[in-house]
Amino acid sequence: MMIPACPLADLPRGEAFRLQTDPPVAVFHTEDGEVYAIDDTCTHQDASLADGWLEGCEVECPLHASKFDLRTGGVDAPPARLSVRTHQVLVEDGMIYVKLSDAPPNLPPSCAAARLGGIAATGGVA
Amino acid sequence: MRSVAVVGASLAGLSAARALRAQGYDGRLVIVGEETHRPYDRPPLSKEFLSGRTAESELLLEADGEDLGAQWLLGARAVGLDRADRAVRLADGRTVRADGIVLATGAAARTLQGGHGLGGVHVLRTLDDARALRADLARGGQLVVIGGGFIGAEVASTAHELGLDVTVVEAAPTPLAGPLGTAMGELVSALHADHGVRLLCGVGVQALSGSRGRVTAVLLEDGRSLPADTVVAGVGARPCVEWLEGSGVALDNGVRCDAAGATNIPGVVAVGDCAAWYDPAVGAHRRVEHWTGARERPAAAVTALLSGGAAVPEPPRPPYFWSDQYGVRIQFAGHAAGADSVTIEEGAADDRSFLAVYRQADRPVAVLGVNRTRPFMRWRRQLAAPAGQRIGAP
Repeated sequence: MMIPACPLADLPRGEAFRLQTDPPVAVFHTEDGEVYAIDDTCTHQDASLADGWLEGCEVECPLHASKFDLRTGGVDAPPARLSVRTHQVLVEDGMIYVKLSDAPPNLPPSCAAARLGGIAATGGVA
Repeated sequence: MRSVAVVGASLAGLSAARALRAQGYDGRLVIVGEETHRPYDRPPLSKEFLSGRTAESELLLEADGEDLGAQWLLGARAVGLDRADRAVRLADGRTVRADGIVLATGAAARTLQGGHGLGGVHVLRTLDDARALRADLARGGQLVVIGGGFIGAEVASTAHELGLDVTVVEAAPTPLAGPLGTAMGELVSALHADHGVRLLCGVGVQALSGSRGRVTAVLLEDGRSLPADTVVAGVGARPCVEWLEGSGVALDNGVRCDAAGATNIPGVVAVGDCAAWYDPAVGAHRRVEHWTGARERPAAAVTALLSGGAAVPEPPRPPYFWSDQYGVRIQFAGHAAGADSVTIEEGAADDRSFLAVYRQADRPVAVLGVNRTRPFMRWRRQLAAPAGQRIGAP
């Protein structure tokens, strides 16, 4: 199923958009004009890759600096060890669509705990 | 260059080995490590590993099936370097000769004077340290953490989560004043009180007392006595460079390097916690004891090594580190030392969610984020941009 993400015009080059699916998906518009979609949650710990440091076809996790290749989802730098899923992207009539992968996601162990216990995932302190 | 020895098998050494292969070096590669373990990630040792949420296998830094084509000499301590034939002498009598040498021996935890021999007294640096501390924390009871720095604060946070009664003792008037400055050090260390952890500042430790070989109390210089079932000393680290004394490698609180990690000896570079690189931003040599430095900087040092100093690598990004305490994400980038002002620009200190910018004569030089991941990243990128391209706010 193709999910409409956002109009391409609303996503400048070098920026990312978080799609609130479950689990969420990050859509990146690179400086070279390519659009990629990967799982938004770092496989190491619960952090949003849409908030990360985008450079070329690589995003660095905003917390612990793991790097992922947007094209393959592969890990380019630790501490992450597992790849993120990639999702198919289609741009049609100025709209970005994402086709979610059927593969199981590699969610971090802390992610489930954070969802249950509210550990810093929403920026609040209990 | 047909052979390279990397001395040190933690993040900096592994990153150097990876950078060598990534930059096309296909000669002999020997990696020497004092610990017996394969390279592992240290930050979780005070957090998820200590709490039991992360297993040992999850600490491994190498990817499944990763093969650097290296000869690994683990459990082998380097004891000397002969500069003339670039030979590393090991404690077991072996010698490793190489055309190029990467020094990555890291740092060791400072220990308490007078704390030797008592059970229940710990430092935290290695996996073995963390295993031992985890076992003692499982006994519950009262924990006294000596040192209110990041390691001490993270251990306090984890122990509190595990249900221990925790007291942190800091000799300085304000914890974290060095890395964060006084005002922000005070705000961040207020997290202890938020969670019912006692923080005692401005008082030193006189002695430890024990019974039947195990610690029972921490005696403070003001006469107070804190009952303790377990004690952790988080009192800093010293670079592991004693083995280089007399080798001709210039030492100055670590291995003295230029801005790309080259030492005074041709064919020898240094990376990670043992290395004091020249930092043009502060005009001095300094050790950057951060995870990100150990991961990023070896690529530049390897470029310098393989080119014989001819290539000029990209300058390193501003130092970046993080700390996770009591479920709060603390992130810092840049240099606080030279700042003449610090202002909270987003959020509020009382909410424990804010972003603070450090400035030197109106120029941003550092940024602190507390539960502000997204704006922090924008500021961090801004700090890394060449000076001419910076704007006032990202």
